[in-house]
Amino acid sequence: MKESTIRKKRKRLIFRTAMLAVMVGLVVFALVANGKDEQAVIAKGEKAPDFQLKKFGTDETVQLSDLRGKGVMVNFWATYCKPCKDEMPYMEELYPEYKEKGVEILAVNLDSTELVVKNFVNEYNLTFPILQDKNGEVMDLYNIGPIPSTLFINPEGEIEEQVIGPLTLDKLEGHLQKIAPGE
Amino acid sequence: MKEITCECGHVNPEGTVLCEACGKPVEQNQHIDGNEDKKLLNMRYDGSARRSQTYNRTIVDKIWNFFSSVKVGVTLIFITVVASAIGTIFPQSVFIGGADPATHYKDQYGIAGQIYYQLGFHDLFSSWWYMLLIAMIGISIVIASIDRFFPLYKTLKRQKPKRHELFMKKQRVFGETTSDSIDYETFKTNLKKRRFKVYEQDGHILAEKNRFARWGPYVNHIGLIIFLLGAILRFIPAFYVDEHVWVREGETTLIHGTEGEYYIKNESFTLETYDKDNPEDAKFKEAIENQDGAIPKTFRTDAVIYERTNQGVAGADPELDTIKEGSATLNNPLKFDDFALYQASYQLDEFSEMSFKIHDQDDEDTNYGEFTVDLTDPQSTYELDGGFRIEVVNYFPEYEMQDGQPASVSKYPKNPAFVFNLYPPGEETPETSFLGIGANIGAGEDNQYKLGLTGFDTRDVTGLTVKKDHTLGIISLGGAIFMIGVIQGMYWNHRRIWLQPRSDGAWIAGHTNKNWYALRMEIEKSIEGTHIEAPQDQYEMKS
Repeated sequence: MKESTIRKKRKRLIFRTAMLAVMVGLVVFALVANGKDEQAVIAKGEKAPDFQLKKFGTDETVQLSDLRGKGVMVNFWATYCKPCKDEMPYMEELYPEYKEKGVEILAVNLDSTELVVKNFVNEYNLTFPILQDKNGEVMDLYNIGPIPSTLFINPEGEIEEQVIGPLTLDKLEGHLQKIAPGE
Repeated sequence: MKEITCECGHVNPEGTVLCEACGKPVEQNQHIDGNEDKKLLNMRYDGSARRSQTYNRTIVDKIWNFFSSVKVGVTLIFITVVASAIGTIFPQSVFIGGADPATHYKDQYGIAGQIYYQLGFHDLFSSWWYMLLIAMIGISIVIASIDRFFPLYKTLKRQKPKRHELFMKKQRVFGETTSDSIDYETFKTNLKKRRFKVYEQDGHILAEKNRFARWGPYVNHIGLIIFLLGAILRFIPAFYVDEHVWVREGETTLIHGTEGEYYIKNESFTLETYDKDNPEDAKFKEAIENQDGAIPKTFRTDAVIYERTNQGVAGADPELDTIKEGSATLNNPLKFDDFALYQASYQLDEFSEMSFKIHDQDDEDTNYGEFTVDLTDPQSTYELDGGFRIEVVNYFPEYEMQDGQPASVSKYPKNPAFVFNLYPPGEETPETSFLGIGANIGAGEDNQYKLGLTGFDTRDVTGLTVKKDHTLGIISLGGAIFMIGVIQGMYWNHRRIWLQPRSDGAWIAGHTNKNWYALRMEIEKSIEGTHIEAPQDQYEMKS
């Protein structure tokens, strides 16, 4: 075969491969972008976006990035959500033990009326921090759909697990163990 | 790759049907694209080689060749059209009003609905396989265009005025003249007058007009590709945002989709209806009377837009700066920065305040004191002037009985209910009562006092669509280029006339992609006074 023919053929192969690669890239992008909308929460393994919320009943704020090095469980809940109520006692039960082990529980509340939350916290004797997200800003940031929805963030600040729907005591403990910082 | 050297000396790539330079049919390829011996020449792509048909070695080539086929492209379009049609049989899941699609389709449309849902047609237009179909059509358009454009371009550039005998004879428009007094100069002048470009080679003449019309389909494909790219860009928030935000009157809230940058305060929401007694609306009197209920005239949200001035993480208290005050009505969005807020929906009369008075259990006209509860922020106790103290034990914004227990199903005060503890002056033991809309239950039968609703205030909620669209320009550009391509290909025809001098006269041939009658008229006018005889349409002769 002639030198020029070989060169031409190589050029053609490179051109075709490049064109196909670009187009396949675009298609993959479109498919991924389209699929993302339906996902309820940020993907596993991704860095958890930072947020800062007022702690209920105080003037203090809690910022997620300040908790680096600890495991963090972020639970999105509201008083009008029945399954959310059911898992609260489990969280309360495990909280003291796992606080010792370096795991913080942040319960992000989505109610708009403080009185309602106050009554609820008193009724259930909750001791872990309740954060107020009245505007739903953090809920929006985390793309939360139905509640309860719970994120388990490891000490490195990455999403270890996401759970949509209520947790049982066993499951909760299992997830908490996973994000507890190692000795 | 074999190359074909034509007798005119031009080297053609493999797969060529008609020599790029002189137009001689390539013996063994004549039948590839239907150039049969007895028939007229098939002038598709001027007989240039579409390499995809012959050059097929690596996997990349095979994929390339698959998409370069028009047959494949048409099949893809056909499948897409059929799928889209099926997608309109039942409503898409976005339009079923929040019902669960898993049961909705079966309940509404029976077994057909079940199949529809199972096959994924309920969410067709954002399903991965529908998008894949569209993407494949896009790829097919790009590849098929590239595969045809370059060979055709080269062929048209390389064509010589001197054409092979067979090429002349097998053109649809062809004529032989026997004469020794042919006036070539007049012929050329006539052609030039008719805005033909005239090329000459050893007495052979090629007159060509409107070659650019051949690029119409390719221009129009470029337009389609730009259009599709614009559509893909819609997935990038920097280019496209389509969100929804509910704002209560008096409330300030984050506008979704602006990445925490903009906030809106709803100053007031107004709903106006047509009034037949209003002189302005008098002309609609009959129409209004024919309609049961009110006909809305305007929905309007008066709002203030704020921009966040401090950098901060999500959830932190924002510092806000007013950037715009204005209103949004139907079809007249409130615009700021790159965003537009469209009036999309509304909810009227959500409770915002409720007032109560204390009266005797069996005498509603007595009054021991009044208090007002702000439903967005109820106090836990209310001290009344008369010495009474009210404790809010529980508040249910949207009250409902669940398993015999009062509970709230949302955080919005749509159906508020309270459990109050009433401490009469000096008393330590409270009287408990439950109060809601249409429910007023004293917990104890021996309650001395009763609470009565004396009034309430409501507020409206407005629903606004948040839109930002930078893809519109790109999509319009794609559409415009598409149109230019269509016009280019539709309103001009590529016409060519060849004249070949013979020892005893001359041959004339002509080709066009459409409008053969006009071509023949053009030839007839060009040969006036040249002694060239008018050619025949060989296609018409046969039939």
